Amino acid sequence: CIRFILIQNRAGKTRLAKWYMQFDDDEKQKLIEEVHAVVTVRDAKHTNFVEFRNFKIIYRRYAGLYFCICVDVTDNNLAYLEGIHNFVEVLNEYFHNVCELDLVFNFYKVYTVVDEMFLAGEIRETSQTKVLKQLLMLQSLE
Amino acid sequence: MPAVSKGDGMRGLAVFISDIRNCKSKEAEIKRINKELANIRSKFKGDKALDGYSKKKYVCKLLFIFLLGHDIDFGHMEAVNLLSSNKYTEKQIGYLFISVLVNSNSELIRLINNAIKNDLSSRNPTFMCLALHCIANVGSREMAEAFASEIPRILVAGDTMDSVKQSAALCLLRLYKTSPDLVLMGEWTSRVVHLLNDQHMGVVTAAISLITCLSQKNPDEFKTCVSLAVSRLSRIVSSASTDLQDYTYYFVPAPWLSCKLLRLLQCYPPPEDGAVKGRLVECLETILNKAQEPPKSKKVQHSNAKNAILFEAISLIIHYDSEPNLLVRACNQLGQFLQHRETNLRYLALESMCTLASSEFSHEAVKTHIETVINALKTERDVSVRQRAADLLYAMCDRSNAKQIVAEMLSYLETADYSIREEMVLKVAILAEKYAVDYSWYVDTILNLIRIAGDYVSEEVWYRVIQIVINRDDVQGYAAKTVFEALQAPACHENMVKVGGYILGEFGNLIAGDPRSSPLVQFNLLHSKFHLCSVPTRALLLSAYIKFINLFPETKATIQEVLRCDSQIRNSDVELQQRAVEYLKLSSIASTDVLATVLEEMPPFPERESSILAKLKKKKGPGAVSVTELEDSKREGGELNGGGDRGPDTAAMASTPSPSADLLGIRSAAPVGAAPASAGSLLVDVFSEAGPIAPSAAVNDDGFLRFVCKNNGVLFENQLLQIGIKSEYRQNLGRMYLFYGNKTSVQFASFTTTVSCPGELQSHILSMHLCTKPVEPLVEGGAQIQQVLNIECLTDFSDAPLLNIKFRYGGALQNLTLKLPVTINKFFQPTEMTSSDFFQRWKQLSQPQQEAQKIFKANHSMDTEVLKAKVRQNVTPHSIMYRLTLRCSKDSVSRRLCELLAEQF
Repeated sequence: CIRFILIQNRAGKTRLAKWYMQFDDDEKQKLIEEVHAVVTVRDAKHTNFVEFRNFKIIYRRYAGLYFCICVDVTDNNLAYLEGIHNFVEVLNEYFHNVCELDLVFNFYKVYTVVDEMFLAGEIRETSQTKVLKQLLMLQSLE
Repeated sequence: MPAVSKGDGMRGLAVFISDIRNCKSKEAEIKRINKELANIRSKFKGDKALDGYSKKKYVCKLLFIFLLGHDIDFGHMEAVNLLSSNKYTEKQIGYLFISVLVNSNSELIRLINNAIKNDLSSRNPTFMCLALHCIANVGSREMAEAFASEIPRILVAGDTMDSVKQSAALCLLRLYKTSPDLVLMGEWTSRVVHLLNDQHMGVVTAAISLITCLSQKNPDEFKTCVSLAVSRLSRIVSSASTDLQDYTYYFVPAPWLSCKLLRLLQCYPPPEDGAVKGRLVECLETILNKAQEPPKSKKVQHSNAKNAILFEAISLIIHYDSEPNLLVRACNQLGQFLQHRETNLRYLALESMCTLASSEFSHEAVKTHIETVINALKTERDVSVRQRAADLLYAMCDRSNAKQIVAEMLSYLETADYSIREEMVLKVAILAEKYAVDYSWYVDTILNLIRIAGDYVSEEVWYRVIQIVINRDDVQGYAAKTVFEALQAPACHENMVKVGGYILGEFGNLIAGDPRSSPLVQFNLLHSKFHLCSVPTRALLLSAYIKFINLFPETKATIQEVLRCDSQIRNSDVELQQRAVEYLKLSSIASTDVLATVLEEMPPFPERESSILAKLKKKKGPGAVSVTELEDSKREGGELNGGGDRGPDTAAMASTPSPSADLLGIRSAAPVGAAPASAGSLLVDVFSEAGPIAPSAAVNDDGFLRFVCKNNGVLFENQLLQIGIKSEYRQNLGRMYLFYGNKTSVQFASFTTTVSCPGELQSHILSMHLCTKPVEPLVEGGAQIQQVLNIECLTDFSDAPLLNIKFRYGGALQNLTLKLPVTINKFFQPTEMTSSDFFQRWKQLSQPQQEAQKIFKANHSMDTEVLKAKVRQNVTPHSIMYRLTLRCSKDSVSRRLCELLAEQF
């Protein structure tokens, strides 16, 4: 299952951190730095998977942003890799051509998107249509 | 679809975020934040009640500040207030704040739980989901206590909306993971399992994660999920690429759900019901067939989604390990991926094949890809892919290809990444040992390892080669010759010097006939390396030198001269100095006989699990249990299936607990003689004689061992009672005074003591005369009473008598059983004899059972101690181990004494 989700830019600034496991604040900061160090040195010829402590990171780069999911080593790499892409397509639709700034200014909405698609470290909903319909419904509420 | 405008809703927040982004320095940012914090604090403290919008805005700003990495120590109450707003946007910010900044303030938890309770019963699906997400995100014990019984009801209720069901299922999963004791599925089990049939695919997607987790813990209760999962999977797999509409992803029907279904099935053995099994096999075949069809899209998303299912299906096939046809097809499919242009696929194929290699049905099929895998090891750009290739080579290795694989791994080691060298070294060492047909190949391989990657050769590896050489006399001569040659290199690794020193010290004589490796040449060669080595290696070399003196008397003068020089006997390192001094003395005063006995060849090491294997497991091990289990099962499976004749030795490996990977594994080596009957069973004997007695703690023998070499002292002490002992022994008679001190200010009532001799001790080994009148039944606070025991030793014995003490303290019955420190050595008589007499006597006691030997770690720092009885003590080259050898005319005495004395160092 998912241990955490991170969205970071190339400079290492965190745009989203979602934790599904107990870590204290110092540990979280350490993880964020380690993930950044591990992921940014890799190029396009590398796999989208990196062993990480006793887990693995499944990541994909979109423009200047790295979307990273930390999962158990026995988890299905490709399913989570496409899980990332599915999530990015939803963000893209929801924010109309999503860019890094959207995630900064609407950070509190990004959490809502995450919770619709991933909950308790598991995949909750995979249908883009259903997720977007729900998000738009919420958007219309006061 | 309408896009969300930047920062819509909360202008103040957007302005603040912009300000922060425009800060030129960290200082400026902190200044701006402090200003904002002061502002928010004054608003929250102000007299004017804030409206919901402002509260939401400020809480959201606080959250933003926290996410930037600053501490937030206020605002929690305002966030909790937002929870009871009936506006979605306010409630959402409140819940978000709580989820991100969990606070264990008990007052707040109560308020939060109250708000959650209200939202859960609101029948407003949006609010219910917010509350469920909050529980799922926080997952605290308090929340589990409050809601664990409510959520299953929401999950299975007929009128619950689909989206709420999805959240409830995963919320329950979270609570089950954090507090399994509080989540009782009992009555809900069947209805939860039937969620697999739900019309809404999203509900199935969420519920299956819960069901999988529950199935892993209670497979029997959930086993009906197997047939439901198979039929659901079958419907998905056989659907056309557009049938599932919303759940079709790049022309692949429900890829994530398919993976989860296949994963759920991996919690169970193959279905017993023939029809179900047939349907499942059909599904798996369809998935394998689809992999061969032309892709419906060129997009990587299409192939990834399709292959995600394929890899999960292969995992299931490997898990079942019962369908040779499917296993071989899976292997062929992975074989194709090995050459795919996508690095991801090559990586995953290598990884998946690693587990296939351990199946007897597919092991041979995997082996056909050896060239491709070797090529991957040499050419892949991503180190993690090369690592997988190395893993696979390791997994596919058997007797038929071991030489090739080991050679390839060795040559890869020359250029391997530093990060994986140590593991590679361990793997090579293990394969070389496991598949060695002739041990000269093994010795060559290990020496090559040291040559190529000496820095990465851990102690376990070079210890192991020495163990093996010592245990196999057919390879000793070859080993001596080979290390001798290896040491000729002008710069050789220190580990090579260690192995060389050890082996020549033991077996140098086997090559001494050749003038090119005469004793003196050997010695000079070793000594030429001496000054470049670290202290532990030098210490080992000094031991090798003294062994040389024994092996080759003609080197004695030269070596003594070396030992005598100031850099040795006045070395600033204590260990080196001591060895030099002692070895020098030993070589000058001991007779050849004595020297030969002291310096005899090392005895064979007990056969046991390779400590290297244990090390490799440990290296892979720490952390997620699943990792360890996976690695272990992979590896053990691999060993069982790889080659024909490895049955017994792998069985032994599997059953030996691995953590004992200590030095050379000698600590856990052969306990000499049977261990004494466990204290527990002794206790039973005592009680069966004495009739039913209030249960007592197990026998306390903490104090026992402290008295082996002393007669007086405190045997036992707790908060209530202190027991002191004074004892004296003369020949076969002993007298022991016991002092019972009441440490409290309260009287002990019904104080009784009983001494019993368990088992044989009673009848013919030791007679104990309790010549006391029973102690007074009342022991006043602070008082001490005394008891005398007379002891007569009739013949040798092993067990110790037990002292049972019972009394009442403040109404509670206290029951205590102690081992009395009466040991065989108390009745020994010292004898004077010269060293030659001693060794003569030693040699007479030559029957194997008369000798007891134990090698153990020192508990105390070592210093020389004079021991009574006939004790020989060798210090092994690793200065923290002792070898204790005892010979007595009676074997039972040797054994018992060895046990007792071993604990004293």
